[in-house]
Amino acid sequence: MFGKKRVAIVGAGVTLFRRNLKETGKELSFHAAKMALEQAGMELRDIQSVVMGTAPDAFDGVHMKGEYLADGAGAYHKPYTRVFVGGGTGVFAPLAGWWHVASGKFDTCLVVCEEKMSSCYPHPQYAFTTIFDPILERPIGMNLIWIFALEMNRYMHKHNIKKEDIALVSVKNKRNALDNPIAQLAANITVEDVLNSEIMAWPVQRLDVSPTSDGAAAAVLVSEDIAKEVTDNPVWIDGVGWCIDSTYWTDRDLYYPDYVEYAARMAYKMAGIKNPPKEIDVAEPYDPFDYKELHHMEGLLLCKKGEAPKLTREGVTQRDGDLPTCPSGGLLGCGNPIAAAGMMKVCEIFWQLRGEAGKRQVPGDPRTGVAQAWGDLMQYGSVIVLRR
Amino acid sequence: MSVKIKHYPGEEVETKDFREGKVLFESFRPKAKYAWSAGIAISRFLEELKNGRIIATTCSKCGRIMVPPRIYCEKCFKPTDGWTYVKDTGVINTFSVSFIAADASRLKEPIVVAIINLDGASEGMGIVHRIEEYGDWREIKIGMRVKAVWKPPEERTGAITDIKYFKLVKE
Ligand SMILES: [Zn+2]
Repeated sequence: MFGKKRVAIVGAGVTLFRRNLKETGKELSFHAAKMALEQAGMELRDIQSVVMGTAPDAFDGVHMKGEYLADGAGAYHKPYTRVFVGGGTGVFAPLAGWWHVASGKFDTCLVVCEEKMSSCYPHPQYAFTTIFDPILERPIGMNLIWIFALEMNRYMHKHNIKKEDIALVSVKNKRNALDNPIAQLAANITVEDVLNSEIMAWPVQRLDVSPTSDGAAAAVLVSEDIAKEVTDNPVWIDGVGWCIDSTYWTDRDLYYPDYVEYAARMAYKMAGIKNPPKEIDVAEPYDPFDYKELHHMEGLLLCKKGEAPKLTREGVTQRDGDLPTCPSGGLLGCGNPIAAAGMMKVCEIFWQLRGEAGKRQVPGDPRTGVAQAWGDLMQYGSVIVLRR
Repeated sequence: MSVKIKHYPGEEVETKDFREGKVLFESFRPKAKYAWSAGIAISRFLEELKNGRIIATTCSKCGRIMVPPRIYCEKCFKPTDGWTYVKDTGVINTFSVSFIAADASRLKEPIVVAIINLDGASEGMGIVHRIEEYGDWREIKIGMRVKAVWKPPEERTGAITDIKYFKLVKE
């Protein structure tokens, strides 16, 4: 065992994901946190520490939004930490929750992730222009979609991957989302729909991309002793990993996310996983764009480099396939409220392992699952392995 | 999204609901302005752009010739120990043809952006810049050779835009 205490998730909660929700970020945080507590059969007074995950302040236009959101996350008069590693935040927040409890310092930790992107006008994408180097990159007119397009093109070039194969991910995830009550963009679409959708930044087209969203998600993490008191079916956090690559993104080969591999190896080593494709029953790799699911399956060592499109084509990643991937519908189907989206993936694995996923339930009584998020300037990987 | 949960909170609104006054809101436009120091390494780099040259730093431990230049090698975590010029020609490592602006609005004419691996720098190292004079964008391929098109010397200001763009060149 790593740390002083084994750590379990005993409850999870999530709000609707929508382009624009009437609730404030604090209100969304409250709803998700309250639901997670209720599902755990616990009260706020049982919570000893709180971790908040939320992405750039620029979306909300509220500087230091960790403090702004604290009350909604149940942090009043408690030890409270906001963590932020770009798009990787949603899986990094439960990792931070893990060390709060694994260290032995706290028996319980409430982890809440929130994003409200709709406040930023005319489009939240513009807030991303300030992530680029102010001297060398911004004068070029950098645009967030470009970096995905540059990465996608490099990935396709290196392995000779066709857009048709990548589009299958969007088709699968949007269809999986039809069974998800929180989903923003659930749909039955075809590969042709993706290929005929508006070009944004070639090779990225409209239906290759997840939308911007508002939403929140939360989970209750507890030590083994508490877990045994409150539930008969805890889900254990058996592996954690995180890693960052260089910010000199024009000096790296973007075809493969090394840093995701390093994070995955760290998590698998801790979980005693030697053969990830065999030992992992269900996966939620980060899919803000369709090619990213493939890129991340490879980084997570769920297949060989360049092999993810083939597995997708063969149906291996369908909900009833050998390696169900994004059974939730992912970001492509559910929406992408940045930190909340990553956390939603952790919640989905929790529910899948508890057999509570209803119509989305993957068959075969899954025991081990992995969720992953990714962010910053194509450089951050966060990975969590859950087991029942 | 558990079978044990019957209701998911959240009240959806549309952008037009704000315009039509159906949702109460407050708006604000930040007025902060910034002036960034270019720093030790990049100031030298920008000075050299004014002269029509691209300069890199070198690390004697790992042997890398690094562009953009830096005063420390992030791999060896030691100061870099030399300066050297690299060429203003190179190869397209990857590219995108953008039909949207940074605020997600549509562009009339697409912008082509690329990572360019510069000749003389270590393998795979380069800068991001625009590509023009490409003809039909569908004909642009990874691996094509490019060359910098500079502003005339009197118009250069010591900025990355002293290189106007890179153009495709025949082998
Ligand atoms: Zn070095």
